[in-house]
Amino acid sequence: MKLELTLNGRPCVTEAPGHWTVLDLLRDGLNLMGTKYGCGEGVCGTCTVLADGRPIRACLVLAAHVRGRALVTVEGLERDGRLDPLQTSFAERGAAQCGFCTPGMLLAAKALLAQNPAPTVDDVREALAGNLCRCTGYTKIVDAVLAAAPGAR
Amino acid sequence: MPAYRVIGTSPARADAWEKVRGRPIYAGDLAVAGMLHGRIVRSPYASARIARLDTRAARALPGVIAVLTAADVPRNELRMELPGRMAEATAGAVLATQPALAADRVRFQGEPVVAIAAETPEIAAGAADLVEVEYEELPGVYDPLAALDPSAPRVHDGGNVLRRWHLRTGDVARGFSEAAVVVEHTYRTPFVDHVYLETETGLGWIDAEGVLVLRVSTQVLEHYRDVAEILQLPHGRVRLEGTYLGGGFGGKEDVTVECLLGLLVWKTRRPVQLVFSREESFIGHGKRHPYVMRYRTGATRDGTLTAVEAELVSDSGAYAALSPWVLLYSLVTATGPYRVPHVKVDATTVYTNNPVASAYRCFGSIQTCLAYEGQMDALAATLAMDSLALREKNFLRKGDALATGQVLETEPRLSETMRRAWAGLGEPRSPRRPTRIGRAVAASFTPYGRMCWTRDSASAWVGMELDGTAVVRCAAPDVGGGQTSSLCAITAEVLGLDVAQVVAVGRDSHFTPRAGTTTATRQLLMSGNAVLNAAREVRHHLLAAAAALLEAAPGDVELADGHAFVRGAPGRALTMASVVKGAIAEGRPVQALEKYDAPSAPTIDPLTGQGKAFNDYTFGTHAIEVEVDEETGRTRVSRFVACFDAGRVINRASAEGQLEGGAVQGLGYALMEEIALENGVSKNPHLVDYRIPTSLDVPPIETLLLESGDGLGPFGAKGLGEPAMTPSIAAVANAVSSAVGARVTQLPITAERVRAALGSPA
Repeated sequence: MKLELTLNGRPCVTEAPGHWTVLDLLRDGLNLMGTKYGCGEGVCGTCTVLADGRPIRACLVLAAHVRGRALVTVEGLERDGRLDPLQTSFAERGAAQCGFCTPGMLLAAKALLAQNPAPTVDDVREALAGNLCRCTGYTKIVDAVLAAAPGAR
Repeated sequence: MPAYRVIGTSPARADAWEKVRGRPIYAGDLAVAGMLHGRIVRSPYASARIARLDTRAARALPGVIAVLTAADVPRNELRMELPGRMAEATAGAVLATQPALAADRVRFQGEPVVAIAAETPEIAAGAADLVEVEYEELPGVYDPLAALDPSAPRVHDGGNVLRRWHLRTGDVARGFSEAAVVVEHTYRTPFVDHVYLETETGLGWIDAEGVLVLRVSTQVLEHYRDVAEILQLPHGRVRLEGTYLGGGFGGKEDVTVECLLGLLVWKTRRPVQLVFSREESFIGHGKRHPYVMRYRTGATRDGTLTAVEAELVSDSGAYAALSPWVLLYSLVTATGPYRVPHVKVDATTVYTNNPVASAYRCFGSIQTCLAYEGQMDALAATLAMDSLALREKNFLRKGDALATGQVLETEPRLSETMRRAWAGLGEPRSPRRPTRIGRAVAASFTPYGRMCWTRDSASAWVGMELDGTAVVRCAAPDVGGGQTSSLCAITAEVLGLDVAQVVAVGRDSHFTPRAGTTTATRQLLMSGNAVLNAAREVRHHLLAAAAALLEAAPGDVELADGHAFVRGAPGRALTMASVVKGAIAEGRPVQALEKYDAPSAPTIDPLTGQGKAFNDYTFGTHAIEVEVDEETGRTRVSRFVACFDAGRVINRASAEGQLEGGAVQGLGYALMEEIALENGVSKNPHLVDYRIPTSLDVPPIETLLLESGDGLGPFGAKGLGEPAMTPSIAAVANAVSSAVGARVTQLPITAERVRAALGSPA
């Protein structure tokens, strides 16, 4: 089937078999490898991307459902060669260890900060509760998100 | 403490910039033209005979290229061999080898039976459905204690006892006769899973020289030998290319996809990708061993330990994997970081038809910590003594001997780690019903570096480029702990460069100097020292070249900030690029290949455990506060402080990250995680019902790092990866026990178990 959508700020016209998920579309169809398979069941959050600014599980949502929507993946966070403040903050604060959950974490955090530019610790922990990390224990991830918040004092 | 420029700081790791950009650095991120997709058919039964296996329909499906069975495997046995004195170390063990593909019998649920390669993942899945396997269920054994009964069904012909180790020192009967009090408890731990976010993954192809190349998410590049053995190829004809791992924790220490992938590539002569699904990851790879640990601990009235008697039984599951060595770690750590004059420990690892158990962070030294630290709190309660004071009275000090007879050559600083962690909990809080608050500590010791008998060695190459930057080549897999970036930091420190001026390239069995496995908390010790030695050799040449160019004595030249200068005369300076060019013009080498050999020793005596099992240990304490709801039994960890002697911190953020991550992985093990088995069959092979901690389940982790400089690693560093987790489960169990007023001895500490403990007499 033919799909038209906005991908990382640019128009995208592509083809995808009807049974493909967004994860299949990104990795196998569009060669965007930043979005990861973690469980295939929508539990771990590793495949989180943004559709119209809201986090979705790319492994659960069929590609057909993002027709006409604006999709943002980790590859779309960097703009004109400048990293998103969240990316810089994660790298500088040791929030990425193995890094496999990082793309999903970044996008979940991006959605949070867009809604709430000055979140509390509890807000951040709540917003990231659907994204599993097995390496960091979350402490440095939460710190990195707080430090990147535009409304942070 | 000497002043360092790079060591101990927290520069952003080079890999972190790639990771936050989502760059394709993992094993599953690379596709090759013409690539096939692999799929494994696994046994749904834990114990069965394969009565009939028919692959004709699967092979007939268009797009299916290969459907392989045991008959297609040239040598169908995976051996678990470590270099060093292997024969000596395994004498008397029943080491059952595992087939790559089961031939006539399956021994655990998830055992691979058929390997498929097809043009698309969908076709491969369709072919898997068309494979016809007729199983005849056989009696199985699913409890390690039941498996010890001589009449139990045999998992292997040699019997169900895989390996026994024994530890004897002093006279345990005398020790108990000298005791005023004796506490006795039995501790139980479950099967748990690593749950790295990246499942087992690999891509393979055959290169221009006819070498089978496997790009795999593995902690062990040396598995190229296992693939070569399975395929009966010369070892040099199989190459393993390492990638950044999406987590390992010991689960990618054993062979995962390597042999099945190698087989599919070799037989099809096509590139093949093999990715395990999350369910396959749950049922298909090694778990942490469940343990049953019966402990008796005796002490005098003033709290001096007199005797420990323990019986440890671990469930190895269906095959040997690394169980004998996991058990050896348990044996050596069985009495904890304490002086105990009279010790008797009998440890047994047993085959069952449960999932294969093998390496998992802490490798047998975490289960024993639950027991020995539970015993200390039980003793304190019996003696009405402060549990910290009781520990302090018995802690190992420099010059003391472990129960194995090994004398500690440096000060463990146990008391300092415990007191600081405890103080980190802050002022006591008064609980309000129905919440009860419990606080406790657990102290620990964990080996870093391999067992001495393995004659461990690592090599590394460091070289200068003409622009004054440096390259490190070292085949040390990076599991996410910052292994690569630490090697860069060590090089930058020695050569006076910024970390950004050093790049560590490639983790490859054939292209980079062999560095051994990223396991056993060994890589900073081993590769770190190898890189340190190589960088120092390069430094020696650079100093000589700079001295000649600056007309100074080499001893007066210093390297810093990418320059060479005469000490005390910063005006007399050269860029590193000019020094390198000068060195080359004079014919001096600007590169070095060096190695580091860990001190070696014979295997410990299997009947007495006496000897030197490990070269050194990392010591540390967890202090924990829990809130227990006495109505529901629900437990929340409200505070968590970790204090360890790191020896020397290389990258501070990475070191803190190990402590934070180890703590939280431990909280999952303590409170939430268990593979629920029914006759060997997993009832929860999905993340939906095997829950691990989320950001809402855990508190912020406070970390305190001591730097004694006493480690055997670079600049006196010790290892932190595994030790960071060791005390966690014991600290939680002790804190919950303190809150409910009864000993909690079984993991996971679920609300039901807490409620039961609340109802039991104190």
